[in-house]
Amino acid sequence: MNATARQPVARRDSAEPPLLEVAELSVQFGTQQVLRDITLDLPAGETLVVIGESGCGKTVLLKSLIGLVRPTRGEVRFEGKSLSGMRDRELAHLRTKYGFVFQGAALFDSMTIADNIAFPLREHTRIPAAEADAIVKSLLDEVGLPRSALAKKPVEVSGGMRKRAGLARALALDPLLILYDEPTTGLDPIMTDVVNELILKVRERPRVTSVVVTHDMNTARKVADRIIMLYPLFRLGPGDPQIVFAGTPEDLDRSRDPRVRQFVEGRAGSRLTELRDEQSLEEGR
Amino acid sequence: MSTTPETPTPELPAAPPQPGGLSGWFADQVANVGGFTMARVAAIGDVAIFSLQTVGWLFARRQRRDVLLPALHQIGVMSLPVVALTGLFIGMVLAVQSYAQFKALGLQTRLGSVINLSLVRELGPVLAATMLAGRVGSSMAAELGTMRVTEQIDALECMGANPIYYLVVPRFIGCLLLIPALTIMADFMGVLGGYLYSHLILGIDYHHYWENSRAYVDAFDFLMGIFKSLFFGAAIALVSCHHGFHCGHGAEGVGKAATNAFVHSFVLILLLDLFLGIWLNNVHDFFRPEGPRRLL
Repeated sequence: MNATARQPVARRDSAEPPLLEVAELSVQFGTQQVLRDITLDLPAGETLVVIGESGCGKTVLLKSLIGLVRPTRGEVRFEGKSLSGMRDRELAHLRTKYGFVFQGAALFDSMTIADNIAFPLREHTRIPAAEADAIVKSLLDEVGLPRSALAKKPVEVSGGMRKRAGLARALALDPLLILYDEPTTGLDPIMTDVVNELILKVRERPRVTSVVVTHDMNTARKVADRIIMLYPLFRLGPGDPQIVFAGTPEDLDRSRDPRVRQFVEGRAGSRLTELRDEQSLEEGR
Repeated sequence: MSTTPETPTPELPAAPPQPGGLSGWFADQVANVGGFTMARVAAIGDVAIFSLQTVGWLFARRQRRDVLLPALHQIGVMSLPVVALTGLFIGMVLAVQSYAQFKALGLQTRLGSVINLSLVRELGPVLAATMLAGRVGSSMAAELGTMRVTEQIDALECMGANPIYYLVVPRFIGCLLLIPALTIMADFMGVLGGYLYSHLILGIDYHHYWENSRAYVDAFDFLMGIFKSLFFGAAIALVSCHHGFHCGHGAEGVGKAATNAFVHSFVLILLLDLFLGIWLNNVHDFFRPEGPRRLL
């Protein structure tokens, strides 16, 4: 079956070529297939939110978009160039146009917050130290971190501060595309909203495009221009599309698909029994 | 080649139906042996590619001072006390263990030659390498493993920085450049320990001790140890960093990476010691056709 025809809702008609295109992307680790025939376009300036239950392949999709995971089949194109055929140096250069906000922030333990934020500047630009310091301070202000955090190591600050420092680092090179991996996981409700507000604020930057992977429906509704929902392959039949929903946040609320409704409303349904049966099967083998 | 561990495998075709009974069991065993062999060959190939990438980045770009100096401090300066202490004791232990045998032959004045020759040729370099593998190798594997688990290595890649250049090359340079210094320290302290025990406790004459040492230990023996240590240092850095980079999930994965880094480095040190020892003896014989000097 033609994947593009099967999942037409993940594509948008636009005169302008999309910033990012994913064409029939499949990823398999050993015998376990995680993504199957994912096709979607991401126009410049859009914020796409990817939702779905744990293990459905959201993070693998996000890492595929930046070339951290190489596809088994299909390809990812950024500004029309396929990531698959790129040499390491070419890919490294392309990644300067990306910002990646990791779930656990992934700040370097051995460096201070200031050095972490300045790292991409030192790596890819030749600006004087004083200018780099000024950029770091302005990024710190943008994400709402106090100046006192500059000299601290990542272990000395709270989870929320680490996430904001991770966002500041991702913004350092003024990226065209920002990828957020579970940006609000593990944060209290107030800090979750602070991060949501920051994602909205970042969206105001000229031509910034974002992909946000999240479980959190509040985040999804608040920041998304468009939402897609992935479904775990082991729960799907051989020909079923893995993207079970694609549309606006309003479309999501109107969706009658029971798989979408179960996730959006956070209902366990028969999942507990299914999980127990799966475990029994595993133990019986 | 990418440093990412998440390289997916090609889509696999459905497995053919397996025969049952004895032939099925036999086929399983063959498949197991084949699978094991392929996994080992793939692992060796992976280490080889990792090593080539490290050497490539060693020459591709100069290291940043603020990255290199802490690595040198951690590997060299912090290892000196433990290498010195173990060197001192191993020299004394050699004196303790050799004395009875030499005394039985009435050759106790030759103790200096056997202690010092063993130290500079074998024990100094191997001991320094073992201490480096235990103290620095495990720590490097655990540190890089934690960075892998907490996605710090992925973060480096996402920022367009090469993790091998940033994380492996400084450690490789540190091990390669500083293991000769650590070996010299182990040699010196071992020689000192052996002499102090022999002279002060066993009462061996100062003059005979050093005269016999001078007669049987020459610059080649000393340089042989230093030369071997360069291979040990490179092996420790590459094996340990490779284990860290390919660390499994969670705390268990980090623990296993640290343990395997030491075990595999140690085995490799002994293997290298054997083959380099054989080769260097041939080199020695080539330059000294009159044959080896006889201790007894």
